[in-house]
Amino acid sequence: MTITAKIDLREQNPLEALQQFFAGILKLEDIAAILVPQRLPTKNTVMPTLVTDASFLGSADPLAPAFMMNAARIASRLTRKPMGGKVAAVLRPCEIRAFIELVKLKQALREDILLISVDCLGAFQNKAYSKFAGQNGPESTIRFYKNVMGGNITEMEGAEFATACKACEYPVSENADIQIGLYGMKTGESILVKSQTEAGDHILKLLNLPDTNEPPARQDAINTLISQRTSYRDEMFAKTRENSDSLDKMTAYFSNCVNCYNCRVACPVCYCRECVFVTDVFNHDPYQYLQWAARKGIIKMPTDTLFYHITRLAHMSTACVGCGQCSNACPNDIPLTELFRTIAHKTQKIFEYEAGRSLDEKPPLSEFREDEFKEVVGID
Amino acid sequence: MSEFEPTIVAFFCNWCTYTAADLAGTSRLSYPYNIRIIRVMCTGMVDPQYVIKAFLEGADGVLVSGCRPGDCHYINGNYKARRRIKLLKEILPQFGFDQQRLRLTWIGASDGVHLAEIMRTFTGQIKALGPSQTKLKMVI
Repeated sequence: MTITAKIDLREQNPLEALQQFFAGILKLEDIAAILVPQRLPTKNTVMPTLVTDASFLGSADPLAPAFMMNAARIASRLTRKPMGGKVAAVLRPCEIRAFIELVKLKQALREDILLISVDCLGAFQNKAYSKFAGQNGPESTIRFYKNVMGGNITEMEGAEFATACKACEYPVSENADIQIGLYGMKTGESILVKSQTEAGDHILKLLNLPDTNEPPARQDAINTLISQRTSYRDEMFAKTRENSDSLDKMTAYFSNCVNCYNCRVACPVCYCRECVFVTDVFNHDPYQYLQWAARKGIIKMPTDTLFYHITRLAHMSTACVGCGQCSNACPNDIPLTELFRTIAHKTQKIFEYEAGRSLDEKPPLSEFREDEFKEVVGID
Repeated sequence: MSEFEPTIVAFFCNWCTYTAADLAGTSRLSYPYNIRIIRVMCTGMVDPQYVIKAFLEGADGVLVSGCRPGDCHYINGNYKARRRIKLLKEILPQFGFDQQRLRLTWIGASDGVHLAEIMRTFTGQIKALGPSQTKLKMVI
């Protein structure tokens, strides 16, 4: 059974309504804590917080166009072993998809978490966000909400949305236990709350919200948004393919890379506990560099840059959810999201896989079928 | 100018293809010396990064070869390897690597003759493709 309810907004303020809704959930006996993005008191920035006392939800702001990190990693930290209580987590759709990938990789438990997703309005790159938010964070979030609901989905006040968000065809989470809907609802008037699983049903029943029907305009609005985003995405794919289709172009693409590996740290689905690129395997002997240099007369330092990126593509592209945190983390503005999504789209397609779609689909490289890819085997 | 002699890196599984290579040797069959064989316990352990490394270091071709279906010493490592090769064949061509440079074969322990044939064919094909661009240019 699906429960659909509506929450009316006071003074056109969705944040206040969301904060009250979260407080209601936290007060339930079943829920020990809530993981929610919150504006920090010391600086105008929004980070995930773990809250056990409902009186500390006054700065919760899941709509802010700030996406400092993919919180799937945090949710995985909280659920890698039973935590002794259930945690509710307010996540973006891409964070939920990354979380599902981590569950499949046995780095998180789905049972101990109640996934709540708010329709994603998109976000800026980290640097652009602090400029945008200025001194008044909550007010800027409401401005942003109205702007996106008004159909402006690529830029606002001179700041471009993050590429990952402009190309994202998953603005709404189908896998959350509870979905909070904004699209297709009257801006500034109401938001939708909908359960999508039994766990979600259970919680919404306890909250006793007024029943409603999902307005038909909602699905239309979502479809329109997805098709706009998809056409942006396809253009991005074409451009990126063109920019990376030879060794020379790849060298140009990554020439600013300083091997800091921030993209790997920020990536929610780069799943190795210890990355081989920071082990002793890559702590080459000094004479080795000399040999490499002597072979062609020149090598670029630090070495192994392309090796690192292509290996990462081979390792995690089938799990890439396109959240864009790799680009966010890059100190030298390499368009990583563009390349990783372009490749990930292809690699997921060949295995008929979609990262984060379902817990029932195994990661493609952990299974096989006997009668597939026969064209790959043999030499005639 | 002397004829182009390619470098081919081959990952052979211990139980089947490597044994076949041994057999080819003891049977005094000859095959091109362009192949550099690396023995692995199973093709299922050939991480894509081994293949990527070989290409970036200037290998003109990479051959991964294991047991025939049903013969894998570890039950299904060869099927898993097939998915990894498929994955690489999707990724590498985007960056200008000809996908013909990467091959997967299944050669049983008793197939020494077949192995020598495969080596000749593959070497010939790689010669026709010419040297890999990574051999000639700086790779970052």
